[in-house]
Amino acid sequence: MIWASASLIGSKIVHSSRLPVGYRPLALDNDIPFGKHKDMHVLNDRPWNIEAQAHLLDDDITPQEKMFVRNNGIIPQEIDLENWELLIDGEAISASKKYTLEDLKKKFKPHSYQLTLECGGNGRSEFDPPAKGNQWTTGAVSCAVWTGVRLKDILSDVVLKDNAVYVGYYGTDTHLSGDSDKDAISRGIPIAKAMMEETLLAYQMNGKDIPLAHGHPLRLVAGGWPASASGKWINRLAVRNKVHDGAKMGGSSYRVPCEAVAPGSEVEAEDMCIIESMPVKSIITYPRSGAIVDNTQSFEIRGHAWAGERGVQAVDISVDFGATWISCNLEKPVNRLAWQHWKIALELPEKGYYEVWARASDDVGKMQPMVVPGWNPKGYLNNACHRIAVKSV
Amino acid sequence: MDKRFYQFINLLIRLTSVVLILTLVIVAAFIYVLNFSPPPKSEVVELAREEAVVTDFIIDEGYELVVQNCTGCHSSKLVTQNRATSEGWRNTIKWMQETQNLGDLGGREDEIVAYLAKNYAPAKQGRRKNLEGIKWYVLEP
Repeated sequence: MIWASASLIGSKIVHSSRLPVGYRPLALDNDIPFGKHKDMHVLNDRPWNIEAQAHLLDDDITPQEKMFVRNNGIIPQEIDLENWELLIDGEAISASKKYTLEDLKKKFKPHSYQLTLECGGNGRSEFDPPAKGNQWTTGAVSCAVWTGVRLKDILSDVVLKDNAVYVGYYGTDTHLSGDSDKDAISRGIPIAKAMMEETLLAYQMNGKDIPLAHGHPLRLVAGGWPASASGKWINRLAVRNKVHDGAKMGGSSYRVPCEAVAPGSEVEAEDMCIIESMPVKSIITYPRSGAIVDNTQSFEIRGHAWAGERGVQAVDISVDFGATWISCNLEKPVNRLAWQHWKIALELPEKGYYEVWARASDDVGKMQPMVVPGWNPKGYLNNACHRIAVKSV
Repeated sequence: MDKRFYQFINLLIRLTSVVLILTLVIVAAFIYVLNFSPPPKSEVVELAREEAVVTDFIIDEGYELVVQNCTGCHSSKLVTQNRATSEGWRNTIKWMQETQNLGDLGGREDEIVAYLAKNYAPAKQGRRKNLEGIKWYVLEP
C-alpha cells in the first residue's frame, strides 16, 4: 500500500493542465486562505468552499474573516479595475449599455443595507439519504453590510421592455474544467426581486471594497434568497424575456421538487422548482456548544434569526427537547432582509446534560422544524432547529 | 614494508565492516519504519508537468484510477465529503459527463465506482443525529 504513489509518477491526470499555476493544496499548507478565521472549516479547496461555525457568527454584522465562501468555479486571479465594464444586454431591453465602475459610482445614488445571505445547501450534511454537494453544516450564512447601486436604478436607466422576466448574471470566475465556453455559474433573479429596494449591485462590503473571494469588484446582492442568486465578479447582466437558463439554473441545481417527495426519490428535471425566498431559521451563536455552566447562576444564550424575505416574529428556546419553550427577547431588523438578534438569560433547573434548542417563527407563524425537513435530491432548505450541548454542574 | 601493507589491509577491512554494518542497520531501520507506519490516508502524488497534488482519498484498490480521473478539475475533498451508493456515484459521473466536460471513462468506470461505493458509502443518520464531537469547556461567567 505504501508504494501506491510510486506507480503514479509520471502518469497522466485528466485535466491536469487545469491546476492553477502556483496552486498549493490546503492539506500541505494547513492554513486557511482569504484572511479567514483559523476556526473556519474548509469543505473543499478546489473550488474553495469554506464555512463558519455557529459560535463564529456571534457578531451583529458578519466580518469578512467569518463569512462563508462558496464557489462553483475558480475565483478570478486578476481584477482589472480600470477597464472593468458592466454590460447590460438581453432580449428584454431595447439597446445594450455599458458602465464602468466609475459610471456606476457617479451616476447612481449609493445605498447600504445589511443583508442575510445563506447558501441554499446550508445544513445539507443532515439529509438522509445523503445529498450530493458540499456538506455544509450550520455555517453557510452571513449578514454583512453591502453598499452599491440599486439594481432597479440601473434597470430604469436601460429601459426595460414589457416582456422582461428575469435578470441573469455573468461573472469572471471560470469553469473547473477550464472550458472558456462554459460558465461556472450563471443564475439570477426575477424582475420583481430585481426591482426591490434592497437588491443591490454592490461594490462595498462592510465599508470597504468587496474582498476578492466575495465578488470584488461588483456583486449582485439579493438578500433572503439562496446566496447563489447573488452573483460575484459581475461583468454582465442579461435582462431576459424568459426565466434565465444559465449554468446552475436547471436540473437539480438550487431547485427542489415542486411536489414533496419521499426520501431518496428520483425526481425528473421538469418536476423541480427554483428556490426563491429562504425559510425561517435561527442559530445559537453564544455560548459555543459544550459549555459547562454553574448550576447556581444564569447565563446568556443569544444568536440571530432570519426568514428569507419575511420578518421573524418570535424566537423560543427549549432545554427539554421541545416539551416546553421559553420566549426570547427579539430585536427588530436594522432593515428588511437583515437577520434579527435574540437573547435570553437562562438558568437550568437541575444539574446534568442539556441541549438548548432554538426555534424561530416567521411573521405568518411558520416555525422551524425540530427534525430535518422535506428531503430533496440536492439537500437544500434544511432549516431544522439549531442546538448546542450544555452541562450544568 | 609487508607489515605496513598488512596493517593497511587490516584497517581497510575494519572500515569496510563498519560501513557495511551501518548500512545494514540503516536499511533495517528503514524497512522497520516502512512496515510499521500506519497506512497513509493522504499522500503526495507526483504528476506529469512536475506538479504535485495532495489527496485525502482512502488508499484502497482502485485508488490510483480515482486520483487520475477525479482530481483534474476539483479537489479530492469534493468527493470524500460525499456519500453515495454505486448507483449514486454512477449518476454523479454521468452528470459530470453530460454537463461538466468529463470524458468517457471507458473500462475504468466500474473500478472507480466500486472504489467509491466501498469507501464512501452512505450511513443511516435518520431525521436527526445526536450531537457529536462536543468539546467541553467551562463557560466563564
